[in-house]
Amino acid sequence: MNTDALVLKNDEKAIFTLRSLYEKYGYSQFKMSKFEEYDLYVRNKDFLVSDNIITFTDTTGKLMALKPDVTLSIIKNGDDSSSLQKVYYNENVYRVSKGSYSFKEIMQVGLECIGEVDTYCILEVLSLAAKSLECISPDFALDISHLGIISAVMDSLDISSSERSALLKCIGEKNASGITEICGSAGENLKKLVLTYGDLDKVSKVLDEIFGNEKPEAVTELISVVSALSEKGFKDKVRVDFSVLNDMNYYNGFVFKGFINGIPSGILSGGQYDFLMKKMKRNKKAIGFAVYLDMLERFNENSKDFDIDTILLYEDGISLSVLDKVVDALTKEGKSVMAGKTLPKNLKFREIVRINEKGEMTVENNA
Amino acid sequence: MKTMLNIALPKGRLGEKVYDMFEKAGFPCPSIKENNRKLIFENEELSLRYFWVKPSDVAIYVERGAADIGVAGKDILLEYEPDIYELLDLNLGKCRMAVAGKADFRDNPQRTLRVATKFTNIAKNYYASQGRDIDIIHLNGSIEIAPILGLSDVIVDIVETGTTLKENNLTVRETIVPISARLISNKASFKFKNAQIEEIAKKLAVLVEA
Repeated sequence: MNTDALVLKNDEKAIFTLRSLYEKYGYSQFKMSKFEEYDLYVRNKDFLVSDNIITFTDTTGKLMALKPDVTLSIIKNGDDSSSLQKVYYNENVYRVSKGSYSFKEIMQVGLECIGEVDTYCILEVLSLAAKSLECISPDFALDISHLGIISAVMDSLDISSSERSALLKCIGEKNASGITEICGSAGENLKKLVLTYGDLDKVSKVLDEIFGNEKPEAVTELISVVSALSEKGFKDKVRVDFSVLNDMNYYNGFVFKGFINGIPSGILSGGQYDFLMKKMKRNKKAIGFAVYLDMLERFNENSKDFDIDTILLYEDGISLSVLDKVVDALTKEGKSVMAGKTLPKNLKFREIVRINEKGEMTVENNA
Repeated sequence: MKTMLNIALPKGRLGEKVYDMFEKAGFPCPSIKENNRKLIFENEELSLRYFWVKPSDVAIYVERGAADIGVAGKDILLEYEPDIYELLDLNLGKCRMAVAGKADFRDNPQRTLRVATKFTNIAKNYYASQGRDIDIIHLNGSIEIAPILGLSDVIVDIVETGTTLKENNLTVRETIVPISARLISNKASFKFKNAQIEEIAKKLAVLVEA
């Protein structure tokens, strides 16, 4: 199957490896329609990355949308009676890309773990996130934060709700001077949190300084999960970064983002979204993540020297079976062959094989 | 071998000041001072590569990873809202984003306010926070003449000393936000070139505080 590995593009390769990875851990595929009732997104607008949605009216007059998001569709009809539901998906979503103001089709692979989510489930999802990144490139980074810690520190500040959202923006940007502007010297602890980036040893020290002996539960949870991940061999790859944020109206607990060296923005994003479940009147906890495969297109482009190995130029009147045999013989040698009567423009090829009506061949090196 | 760290600097007076600061902090690249038209300069020993780009483009280079770090005005960051880390206020190029109008202009809140500006996003956000209905007129330069010619009621623009405003008979009515140059970093580069970037940020911070 070596040729497949050469022919497959990065994103196609990733889909295959990720699917088999998730199936190994008991996640089953959730297949869904491309369309969803628009109403679902209106009610949960803030959960979406952007509020631009492609809509259309279906044959019954109902307003429908091309999916901008997968998670909402998975959790809207769940069964609260089962204790644990583990699913993965591989779907296209339609979003407006920032800057260009035009819609883009984005291939997403992701998984959701819904139900009695305990610390083991969290560890499993996080380690699958790390493994997903590892499948794409061994040079990756998984940044983990715990929103419980951020809110514990923020709740101690005396700020208005508009200041709170400005503050969250500063946290996401690691903007220490912005934090000082908003909350003055009271923001010292928050600044310390946001500027800390690194492995568990470095981060535990800072957490000790901030919380002393009265550590909130979130701190213990973070430390136990991250140290378990380190033991699994991800010590150099998993880092704690409190600037990782997701909307706190939907997310709680662990949030994380994954990066690949060579891709300028995050390629994986996920977290625990118990608040979203509550909003959807679901009585369960949930955690999940998505990998954005559109970013892989330009990653490690191995530019091929030639588009096609052999151009086979034949003349009118050649016997059909002779021509067919020649093409088959060339492909059996492992070459790619394009048969035609004239030289194609704008393609680079290694050799030109001419064959006349009598079946005589001449080979010309074009390299 | 360390990989090259790409640094985007804003072309112009501010950029030269910023480079001086990098040099003082221990990240020099002598060839940059040569008077020529080159745009890219390397210091292989320190694995640094500086390049000059249009000030308003720095954030784009950094957001898309062509530059690992860069220096951009807060005005650009507020206007384009790039997805980057804002690591440090360099305290350089200080000025403010302000609303200015003709000296004798009286605002009538019953009417839509016509605002001429290069910074549409900043102006929109500012007036939205005040609950004021405005008509935005996007201009690319010489904003100051808009109120004089009756194109707009007020302008939203950067005010440094106020001389240009005064010479055109305009006065500052409100300050929206103070502006200064910021050290920004691409989010992915921050993970994979962390030691290099944190070292630069730390050494620059020492200079800022001095």
